[in-house]
Amino acid sequence: MSGSYHLWLIPLLPLAGAAINGLLGRTRPRSFVSAVGVGSVSLACAYAFFTFLRFPWHAGDAYVERIAPWVVAGNLQIDFSLYLDPLSAVMVAVVTGVGLLIHIYSVGYMAHDPGYYRFFSYLNLFTFFMLTLVLAGNYLLMFVGWEGVGLCSYLLIGYWFTKKSAADAGKKAFIVNRVGDFGFTLAVISIYWMVGSLEFRQVFPAVASMPKETPMSAGPLTWICLLLLMGAAGKSAQLPLYVWLPDAMEGPTPVSALIHAATMVTAGVYMVARSGVLFTHAPLAMTAVAVVGAATALFAATIGVTQTDIKRVLAYSTISQLGYMFLACGVGAFGAGIFHLMTHAFFKALLFLGAGSVIHAIAGEQDMRKMGGLRQAIPWTYGTFLAAALAIAGIFPLSGFVSKDAILWKASPLGSPSGSWLYWLVGLATAGLTAFYVFRLFFLTFHGEPRSEAAHHAHESPRVMLAPLAVLAFLSVVGGFVGWPKALGGHDRFEAFLAPVFRLAEELAPAAHAAQEHAALEIGFSLLAVGVAALGIGLAWLLYVARPRLAERSAERLGALYRLVLNKYYVDEAYNFAIVRPLVVGSTRLLWRAIDVGVIDAAVDGVAQGARNIGGAARRLQSGNIRSYAGWVLAGAVLVVSFMTFLWAK
Amino acid sequence: MSYGAQILRLLPEAILTVFGVAIMLADPLVRRKRALGYLAVGGLVVALLGTVLMVQQGWWGPAFSGHILNDPFAVFFRVLFLLIGLLVVCSSFDYLETNAIHHGEYYALVLFSIVGQGLMAASVELVMIFIGLEISSIATYILAGFRTRDVKSSEAALKYFLLGSFATAFLLYGIALIFGATGTTHLAEIRAALRAGPMGPMAAVAAALMFVGFGFKVSAAPFQVWTPDVYEGSPSPVAGFMSAGPKAAAFAVFLRVYLTALQPVEGWFWLLWVSALLSMCIGNFGALVQTNIKRMLAYSSIAHAGYVLVAFAARSELGVAAVLFYMAAYAAMNLGAFIVVTHFGGEGERHVSIDDYTGLGHRQPALAAVLTIFLLSLIGIPLTGGFFGKFYIFQAALKAKLIGLTILGVLNSAVASYYYLRVIVVMYMREPAPTSPPAARVPGAISFVLSVAAIAVLYLGIFPGDVLQFATRSAAFFR
Repeated sequence: MSGSYHLWLIPLLPLAGAAINGLLGRTRPRSFVSAVGVGSVSLACAYAFFTFLRFPWHAGDAYVERIAPWVVAGNLQIDFSLYLDPLSAVMVAVVTGVGLLIHIYSVGYMAHDPGYYRFFSYLNLFTFFMLTLVLAGNYLLMFVGWEGVGLCSYLLIGYWFTKKSAADAGKKAFIVNRVGDFGFTLAVISIYWMVGSLEFRQVFPAVASMPKETPMSAGPLTWICLLLLMGAAGKSAQLPLYVWLPDAMEGPTPVSALIHAATMVTAGVYMVARSGVLFTHAPLAMTAVAVVGAATALFAATIGVTQTDIKRVLAYSTISQLGYMFLACGVGAFGAGIFHLMTHAFFKALLFLGAGSVIHAIAGEQDMRKMGGLRQAIPWTYGTFLAAALAIAGIFPLSGFVSKDAILWKASPLGSPSGSWLYWLVGLATAGLTAFYVFRLFFLTFHGEPRSEAAHHAHESPRVMLAPLAVLAFLSVVGGFVGWPKALGGHDRFEAFLAPVFRLAEELAPAAHAAQEHAALEIGFSLLAVGVAALGIGLAWLLYVARPRLAERSAERLGALYRLVLNKYYVDEAYNFAIVRPLVVGSTRLLWRAIDVGVIDAAVDGVAQGARNIGGAARRLQSGNIRSYAGWVLAGAVLVVSFMTFLWAK
Repeated sequence: MSYGAQILRLLPEAILTVFGVAIMLADPLVRRKRALGYLAVGGLVVALLGTVLMVQQGWWGPAFSGHILNDPFAVFFRVLFLLIGLLVVCSSFDYLETNAIHHGEYYALVLFSIVGQGLMAASVELVMIFIGLEISSIATYILAGFRTRDVKSSEAALKYFLLGSFATAFLLYGIALIFGATGTTHLAEIRAALRAGPMGPMAAVAAALMFVGFGFKVSAAPFQVWTPDVYEGSPSPVAGFMSAGPKAAAFAVFLRVYLTALQPVEGWFWLLWVSALLSMCIGNFGALVQTNIKRMLAYSSIAHAGYVLVAFAARSELGVAAVLFYMAAYAAMNLGAFIVVTHFGGEGERHVSIDDYTGLGHRQPALAAVLTIFLLSLIGIPLTGGFFGKFYIFQAALKAKLIGLTILGVLNSAVASYYYLRVIVVMYMREPAPTSPPAARVPGAISFVLSVAAIAVLYLGIFPGDVLQFATRSAAFFR
């Protein structure tokens, strides 16, 4: 494709913002910091949309921008290259658009924070890495963005580092993500090993021409895809690596909205969709994606029902919604998955920002049991929150309805050949639970009587925070119309726009387009989904508005089951018991006692006892420390020599 | 070939020897020992220029009846040693003064150690290799004991010396046996002899014994026991030096001997395999529980030796190139970390506990930032040299179908992120404690070497192409 679009400007603008604020921000007034922070992202956003308007989408090809060779050595060649196609365009639009709104919101939300410049610097840096991730033209550059967003997320979760829980949460996020990255790293190296390149434009056609692996003949592609899934599960908080996301809520609320709802956590979905060709050639991995997605969706939704911290409910909700997206990808409906990614970015960002506005209104309180009756005090927040809640519950005709409906339909055997009634049923049940927990949150927060002193004195947020809420509310309501399904008389423009991206992948999973003859059934399914959602809302209304006592009594009656869910199925405890403790205790016991027999005790006892320990160490030295070390070396030598002799004798 | 033409193949070593002797001679005459340090810097720079000249003039090939071979492999390592030497010498100026160590021979010993390392890299004959190894080791044994006021330092020197001699004995036995088996000590001739005749048990045992010797020098498991104690007791710049220079030199001969002379002996591949795995696991899990940053870095250096052994086990040109690149990246990041430790330790190295770094990010943002860069590189985060180093290693391993070792290696590097991260956490996510050591001004020399190391780490991460190409060309000896 001819012509140059200077895509590099899009990620570079936020990077420049991060650098300016990071280096100069400390001594400048807040207006300067806000102007740089918000300005750089709005420029990136404007330039991105300007480019999209000029771009010849009808040609149907991806545009590759080679900026510079990166690594050229022997047969290893990797470029700094950017890749623009409908998929990355959607992602860039979401990241810069929603990102911009959240930057604006932060101007109000963080106004009194002493580290104002630092916050905006991190936020811009995050935007840079996220844009690198979605615009990257090869897996290695994508990995750079991937690790970069992880690092920024870690910095921002631990932003209020004086809270120990915040620092711990940051650490947890980093470590769990490293486990996922372990899979991604191996996958990237394996792709290079198999194809001889990491550039998308070479990898995808190469894989497309390979024979499809079957579950019986699972080969390298299946392994690569499972490893990619592992990476995706880490970043997008899916089972079993979801544990870091609820704790990540320790970060400031705009961070939760931007990173842990709208953008970074969707990177895994993006990566799976981007690698769609690989996955459709490995049906076993596709099934794994669908199962992980469906299981996570239901699992997280049940936990969301019992939580009392407003942000944690939303965190579990995010995990659950991401599960939907994985489910969609797993049945080959990549378009539907990305569509839900976009609408979710609108309404979930809105829910988080709305929650932030609530928290702001009642002086930092996050416990829903201490809220209530905020409807009159903060009407703007209330109204926009309602729009988001209806959207996520899947009420006709809001954005969430359209995208969730597309996924549910595709998850069923009628919508796609790899669908299954079980997926569909799990999806439907999750939809009901979603409606219930969101409206539980909604009613507890805004309805009833104020249940604390702070809730009595609630005050509405400043306009700079309300304006983004209004824009997001608008998008949450109408965002679905770009993908209005054909069964309901629409044209499904979104799916058609994305279609060229998944052309290679869909030759193998043609069903995503098939089954138009079931139009009547599809409408029936939609009605059913809306019905289930309405049921969930009705139940929430009954339990938390009409008969508040009933909620407690039913919790009591459920007893053990309720406690199990309330404690998040004890997964954190189980991980701690099964993995973390054995690792730490094991390495302490085994290595400290057996291998590290030197002066470590001196170091452990602390600096204060230094002098005494030096004496101790010297004593140990005389008592044969060296002899024991020499013994180790000798033992090793004996092993090595006997092994080699043994091998020779054979 | 005339004697003069032969010595030109050892030009860097010759220059360093002259400067080393000059420093020894000048020592009694000079009161400010820092001047001797400047002389050492001069020597290293001239040697570096000498190396460049050697390459430009094309003084390649064998010398001294084939004992020495000046090939790109040797040049790669010598450039690396000289750069390491520069960083170590520059970071020692203020360290020696704060710790009241007024001995000019410190600088001479660093130079002599590098002479030994250069000889090792350029030798293709076992006795020459042994001589180089001893020159380098003896200088390092003495350097380890330079903190004369601290018992730990003398203890470290003694341990290192006794255990080192013990391990060297194995190496010597191995050399003797291989001579007995083949009647020669030239690497190429050994290979030819081993290929020609039936393989006796002597060659196999020799490979095993030499493995012990080299394994000890690169601190690979199960011969790593000395590392934490010696690193902890040695002066910090010396510990950094040991983790970069002598270790890289040992790897250089390890590669050369096993991939050329002992290549026909089968079986040592499995020694490498097991040793790589053990080193990674012991290093990383050992580092998890450390509270002293020098000990932590010591365990981390065991783990990194394990990664390098993974690339070694690939036994391919790609693997050798990966080792070379990794040695360069590792030297920059690990030496960088040790230089921060050197500066931060203060008088008598009092502040070497990880807790002492609490809140450093708020008190000395620049120092904390460079340490963060080094630690991120040690973790293997993209855009740092450490990332590409690991990437090449595991890529080479996978190409050689070492799938199990690759998976275990990548898993290990995931575990490793924890203990490096812990340092970053205490620096940035804890308030400075009232007991934290006061912020000492960073002297000019230290800031200089820290910036150089940090830039090198980022350069290797963002533009790895040049060094990788150099490494790939240098790996050609394997063909």
